[in-house]
Amino acid sequence: MGAPLLARDSEPTIFEFSVPGRHAASFRTTNLPSWTAEELVPEGFLQSDPVALPEVSERDLVAHFTRLTHRQYSVDLGAYPLGSCTMKYNPKAADAGASLPGFTQVHPAAPVNCAQGWLELLVELEETLCAITGMHAATLQPAAGAAGELTGLLLMHAYHDANGESDRRRRVIIPDSAHGTNPASVTLSGYEVVTVGTNARGGVDLDALRGLLDDDVAGMMLTNPSTLGLFEEDIVEIAEAVHNVGGLLYYDGANLNAILGIVRPGDMGFDIVHLNVHKTFATPHGGGGPGAGPVAVSARLAPFLPGPRPTRDGAGYELTTPERSIGRVHSWHGNAVVLLRAWMYLRLNGGDGLKRASEIAVLNANWFNERVRGAYDIAFDRPVMHECVVSAKSLHDEVGLSALDVAKRLMELGFHPPTVYFPLIVEEALMVEPTETESPQTLSALADAFLQVARESREAGNADEAKAAPRTTPVRRVDDVRAARKLVVTFDQRRPD
Amino acid sequence: MSAPFVAHTDAEIAEMLAFLGLEDLDGLFKEIPESLRLAGGLDLPPAMSEPDVAWRLDELASRNKPCGRDLVCFAGAGSYDHEIPAVVKAIASRSEFVTAYTPYQPEVSQGVLQAIFEYQTMIARLSGLEVANGSLYDGAAALVEAVNLAAVATGHRRVLCSEGVNPHWRQQLKTFSRGSGNEIETVPLSGGVTSWDEVDDEGPFGAVVVAAPNFVGCLEDIARARVVADGFGARLVVCFDPVSAGLLRSPGSLGADLVVGEGQPFGMAMGFGGPYLGLFACRLADVRRLPGRIVGETLDVEGRHAYVMTLRAREQDIRRERASSNVCTNQTLMAVTAAVQLSWLGPKGLREMALGCARATRYTREALCSIDGVQLLTSAPVLREFAVRTPVAPETLVERLVEDGYLAGVPIREGFEGTAYDGGLLVAATERRTRAEIDGYAAAFEKAIR
Ligand SMILES: Cc1ncc(COP(=O)(O)O)c(C=O)c1O
Repeated sequence: MGAPLLARDSEPTIFEFSVPGRHAASFRTTNLPSWTAEELVPEGFLQSDPVALPEVSERDLVAHFTRLTHRQYSVDLGAYPLGSCTMKYNPKAADAGASLPGFTQVHPAAPVNCAQGWLELLVELEETLCAITGMHAATLQPAAGAAGELTGLLLMHAYHDANGESDRRRRVIIPDSAHGTNPASVTLSGYEVVTVGTNARGGVDLDALRGLLDDDVAGMMLTNPSTLGLFEEDIVEIAEAVHNVGGLLYYDGANLNAILGIVRPGDMGFDIVHLNVHKTFATPHGGGGPGAGPVAVSARLAPFLPGPRPTRDGAGYELTTPERSIGRVHSWHGNAVVLLRAWMYLRLNGGDGLKRASEIAVLNANWFNERVRGAYDIAFDRPVMHECVVSAKSLHDEVGLSALDVAKRLMELGFHPPTVYFPLIVEEALMVEPTETESPQTLSALADAFLQVARESREAGNADEAKAAPRTTPVRRVDDVRAARKLVVTFDQRRPD
Repeated sequence: MSAPFVAHTDAEIAEMLAFLGLEDLDGLFKEIPESLRLAGGLDLPPAMSEPDVAWRLDELASRNKPCGRDLVCFAGAGSYDHEIPAVVKAIASRSEFVTAYTPYQPEVSQGVLQAIFEYQTMIARLSGLEVANGSLYDGAAALVEAVNLAAVATGHRRVLCSEGVNPHWRQQLKTFSRGSGNEIETVPLSGGVTSWDEVDDEGPFGAVVVAAPNFVGCLEDIARARVVADGFGARLVVCFDPVSAGLLRSPGSLGADLVVGEGQPFGMAMGFGGPYLGLFACRLADVRRLPGRIVGETLDVEGRHAYVMTLRAREQDIRRERASSNVCTNQTLMAVTAAVQLSWLGPKGLREMALGCARATRYTREALCSIDGVQLLTSAPVLREFAVRTPVAPETLVERLVEDGYLAGVPIREGFEGTAYDGGLLVAATERRTRAEIDGYAAAFEKAIR
């Protein structure tokens, strides 16, 4: 078996390396009686055959997974300008902190006097998040942004329940530019989704919103800056209008990286805020998770927070559950080790560092937006915040170059593509979020790559070069129709054509 | 002002601002109403250097009593002290896995995609079902999703849930039922196993939920639960223990429609409760209702094997308010970790691990039950965990044993109020426990209840 290094050959699955009788595991010597399976498991329960896991040596195991890593792009390798995802550099100090046995070896049900360090850290984190968002209290339990959304919407329910208004308040308003998790969370929370449109400047259509607001509205979810990368200029009016009908305002914190130390959701009038620490506070995305999605709330919602929650008790710390808590939203205390990484990031930055991070994130996005202007369409021509949405619409009309083609050609030029086709309201959308951790040199190279893709297609009068891309990646464009039609989602479903 | 992970020099910032026709960084934010702007910045302490932060973290760590250094672990209840070999830590900390995003661009994400595909295969095989997803947040989240799936698929919102299901998970079913409208009815335990006979209700139910082994450690008759589910036309959801799966017949082979579990034992530190791994498997017939991401195999334009996220039309970013799940970010790195740990274990290692747990558990149980005043709380057979009652309140017992260097177990309270199990102590001994440790624990236990 060869060891393809970023070569085009596919890497066999771990199952194809399996040889009966091979073995890597080893365990402690326990000196316990060697009762047999038959002696330990009552008849009828015992399996006849062991589970068919791969039988590989440690050496082959390492080689296989290392080769897989060579077929994978990552932040550590280079810019990863996915809009809405905040793929900033993940400090190595947090890796070291996250592997300290003094934290990792604490059992989540250990009595609080065995976890004082953990509880102190989590309380400090909660206080820090409240200071950043301008909120009163927070739960750290939700495991990601979407989990935070659902938690926040259940808090909304609890609040209206307590006021005896839950029967009447059935609808939650979201903008048409919202991320898909927002409407999905609203449905799962038992509310009905009402969509409000976007005005010519990329903001919420205030008149349309006023038309929708009534005393049957439970609240509104908003991302600010929006998924268009624009600050919602009418936020004060929006908050007032929602509050006037007795609704609550929910802040989707996916874009908080634009405004750290500049403006706080609490000051804008938000009642419930979720944060994505895997975006804003640099905890690594792990190929799709784990993240953490703390939810911070104003004082009137604090009595409903999930429990148990780490709290200060004189000089010590304990776990308490608010009297009217909505209950647990995680098996334990949330993705604690992810939260520890966020705590470190916040301490490494301090208040000033966070503000500077936002300033540079916004500087980078505006600079990039300006550099690619002309080659790409600008969806809404306004100063952007930490990300910009440009469009390949003209290119598509002129030479047939789609946003997807741009994405694939960028790979050949050495960059991970931006987010494509989101938000849904912009045709051929390319959503670019450089983050503050890309240097001016990297940013310039990224802009050059964008310009090259547009230029070469226009010069050739067609998008053939881009349509053939990528040719330098471990695999080329993949057939996703086939993946769905001839469904093979486990090795056991593989069959010859 | 500076930020530790920003490269820009003052000169570069000035140049970039000039390009934008701005005088200062403040000019970037002029669209934000002045009245909202935070005067004076954040009320937070100043930045700390990396060594200063590390020092402070060490200081906090010293206020914890971790297992290994300070305590020998006999606690379980959903979080276990299992072996994590160096090879798993090494692969799981490769930055290509750690710092990648969700693999939306398959051409540059084959590493993560293939690892998830391999993970899905392993979880399907462990559960005895045909397909598994690419992970959910934790065992509780997986259970909530399974129950939602069952309710939607059957059109019935009522759910029969065994009291033997982890009480934290049961509580989450309740938390989220406020939104889903699911009605959860609990079937009590008797002698340690679910007393299905006590169900006197015609149904219909959308789901029947059982844990096997259950929270108090007892083996449950899955085939029996299957018959109960069939009687109601319900989906059978089994919360399994993936370690016990090294010895027991698989839930799928015994009739489970949906299998969920906590994957923490496969390479994840106890870590004060997270990040862990929600295992989720179902039948092929339900694959289009599966929550979260799933990776499929396909070909690229040159006919090479390739992997890609598939059946995407189920997911929130496409189906929006009609999606049956809102999950986006999941626990992929934990899934990769589990795939590596399961490959390290192999069939023989998994069996040895499960046997090791069962042996240590039996030895511990016999040692404790020979102490005067200690009483086993269940009569049904147990495998890797068991519940006892002692004359001393479990919280007190745990605190006393900490003094001697043992984490004695987990008090049984929440979710069992007013039952025969309330006030018991749940004890788990994994393959890492030695005879000497268990003998020492039993001696300290005896002293503590006297
Ligand atoms: C605007 C927005 N909201 C919500 C989410 C959901 O967050 P998570 O993936 O952490 O669940 C995302 C994630 O991409 C997002 O971009």
